[in-house]
Amino acid sequence: MDILNALVAFANFVFVPGLAYGAQIALGALGATLIYGILRFSNFAHGDTMALGTTFAILVTWGFQALGITFGFLPTALLALPFAIIMTAAFVLGTDRVVYRFYRRQKAAPTILVIVSLGVMFIMNGLNRFIIGVGEINFADGARFVITAGDFRAMTGLTEGLAIKATQAITVVTAVIVVGLLFWFLQKTRTGKSMRAFSDNEDLALLSGINPDRVVQVTWIIAAGLATIAGVLYGLDKSFKAFTYFQLLLPIFAAAVVGGLGNPLGAIAGGFIVAFSEVMVTYAWKKVLTYLVPESMAPDGLVQLMSTDYKFAVSFTILIIVLLFLPTGIFKGKSA
Amino acid sequence: MSTRINANPNSRSRTLLLFGLVAALFIGTGFVQSWNSSLGILNMALISAIMAMGVNLQWGYAGLFNVGIMGFVALGGLAVVLTSSTPLPDAWRAGGPGIVAGLALGAATIGVAVALYKRLPKGRLRTVVMLAVLVGGFFAYRAVFDPAVAAVEANNPAAHGNIGGLGLPVLLAWPMGGLLAAAAAWAIGKTALGLRSDYLAIATLGIAEIIIAVMKNEDWLARGVKNLIGLPRPVPYEVDLQKDADFLARAADWGVDPVTTSSIVVKLSYAGLFAAVLVAIVVLSELALKSPWGRMMRAIRDNEVSAEAMGKDVTRRHLQIFILGSAIVGIAGAMMTTLDGQLTPGTYNPLRFTFLVWVMVIVGGSGNNLGAVLGGFLIWWLWVMVEPIGLLLMDGITAGMADGSWLKAHLQDAAAHMRLLTMGIVLLLVLRFSPRGLIPEK
Repeated sequence: MDILNALVAFANFVFVPGLAYGAQIALGALGATLIYGILRFSNFAHGDTMALGTTFAILVTWGFQALGITFGFLPTALLALPFAIIMTAAFVLGTDRVVYRFYRRQKAAPTILVIVSLGVMFIMNGLNRFIIGVGEINFADGARFVITAGDFRAMTGLTEGLAIKATQAITVVTAVIVVGLLFWFLQKTRTGKSMRAFSDNEDLALLSGINPDRVVQVTWIIAAGLATIAGVLYGLDKSFKAFTYFQLLLPIFAAAVVGGLGNPLGAIAGGFIVAFSEVMVTYAWKKVLTYLVPESMAPDGLVQLMSTDYKFAVSFTILIIVLLFLPTGIFKGKSA
Repeated sequence: MSTRINANPNSRSRTLLLFGLVAALFIGTGFVQSWNSSLGILNMALISAIMAMGVNLQWGYAGLFNVGIMGFVALGGLAVVLTSSTPLPDAWRAGGPGIVAGLALGAATIGVAVALYKRLPKGRLRTVVMLAVLVGGFFAYRAVFDPAVAAVEANNPAAHGNIGGLGLPVLLAWPMGGLLAAAAAWAIGKTALGLRSDYLAIATLGIAEIIIAVMKNEDWLARGVKNLIGLPRPVPYEVDLQKDADFLARAADWGVDPVTTSSIVVKLSYAGLFAAVLVAIVVLSELALKSPWGRMMRAIRDNEVSAEAMGKDVTRRHLQIFILGSAIVGIAGAMMTTLDGQLTPGTYNPLRFTFLVWVMVIVGGSGNNLGAVLGGFLIWWLWVMVEPIGLLLMDGITAGMADGSWLKAHLQDAAAHMRLLTMGIVLLLVLRFSPRGLIPEK
């Protein structure tokens, strides 16, 4: 029995990666859920918006690096983030003006808007390949670790090490700041309140003189910002590959649906639920268990419930279970 | 007595004109490029048209938003391997019964859990019993399944390591592909069809990814990403034709090159087989659409509540059409794997196998079978030809630039990525200016 080492191993392989991944998914899901709440359709182009935002951030990062500008021990990409957000927001607003507005005025059915978003997805995906290609890109620079496994072992004298990557710490800190700002905006500012009113009851909001075009524009800007931040954090933590971002659509939607579509708080909770389930189901528990049980009972196999390749199955299963038993999500979201 | 308004001559001539245009595209490709590549595009276009028919059945007839097409295409391909590849008796002896028992155990676990959920009264007891059954069943399944899989995969892993097929003729694998896809669609439909449209879309998107993940990772099934080549063909091999005295004599008679001709003959035979399947499916779909059943489906699509009030069982009809549509896609998937001669799970990509088929249906005209077929031909031709056309375009744009400049190189590389951009633009343009497609529903 060695509870301390088991805890450290758990933190190192499950808790810390899960926390960072959860924060990334939660930010992505927040954007998707806001669009659902205000514009009332599931935006299939959200994964590609994340990819496009990250592409912009990488380009600006390269520009900064070429000019010799860095951000000290923090990644240069954080410095590039505001520029990338502005570029993504401008692109998304352009898309809304050219594509979505027409269908909004027609009061098209949500399914039509979803199909339209498929077209936008194709275009964004193609543009992204056009600009930066399909290869894998690593753009993280600055310090690599907050604490390495070796340092941790030397500090505590435990056999297990706890490594915290700088990108993981940055992800969590950025996510906390962004979520704090978003909720302040939604709760306290006039525009934020009008967004919530519009989401709750469109007709009443219109009657009380809220300008729908403005609400929609602000929503797109916020969604673009969230998508870019989520994409850059994910890319810093792992690496950037356009197709992976497209595939993030599934956990992101799962998180948004689990939390209740249209509910920002739910999207955050959903993000962590999905991320931790994914990490825990695909983690080989052998190491942790070996510390916890007497030596004679140590497991032979990896004690892995599912191989990591099946992580989509995890998001999917959570999605189906929630939809079957709690159709509006854990926190009350929109139904029908 | 027909209750449908007869098609006016205007729309009929429009259909003819559009099909003539598509035919001209293919014939033009034959003259400009080569008949070989034109026929190559035609074969995949025929298969794409069948996939589009499957999606049209689900979306156009019933309004079901299925974006898991890729999964059913892949299942069709899997059926080809399981039906027609060489039997491997050693592998089967080593683990076949164990695998079957394991899968049966897994299915039984889920069945018992579902039955318990329906029988037991609501409450904590039900939750605890269900969880116990599921967890116990999962470990029992792994205990039986894992060693059997290990045994199969240990059997000559360099060349096989899979369970092997039944060695049946490959044409039989096409209906098998439909059956496998239908079985999967039944299971999926039972759980997910009650969901509203965009939830169904997200769920099917996930299912398709899971099916691909299973096919990539379960090496015992079809060798996973190690791929499986040398699947039997329903038509002769080119090399055999080139050795065939009869064929050589006839080629000499006609004064044509035997090598090119052999490849054209093979492609034409495939085209004949595929066209037969396509025509059969179009005729059956048209008959179904004109029958009372078809009218009921469209009534359900247009107003579920009133159809239900008329005593129609909406959920059952949805399940039925979901299975039928998926089966058609599965048949097309099996045909595609047959044409390729190999199963490569790593190449299945939702943009190509799900969303492109959706573009075909929307552009062609959802709810109209001929529209779906036209969309299949047109969009597939465009998908293949955008690359060379884009390259030509880029050559033109970059002609004035200095050789070796990075922008020139970048632009020429980027021409390869024009496909997705073009498809997106085509889809958005059609949705905006001709929202019911090129050949609208009558």
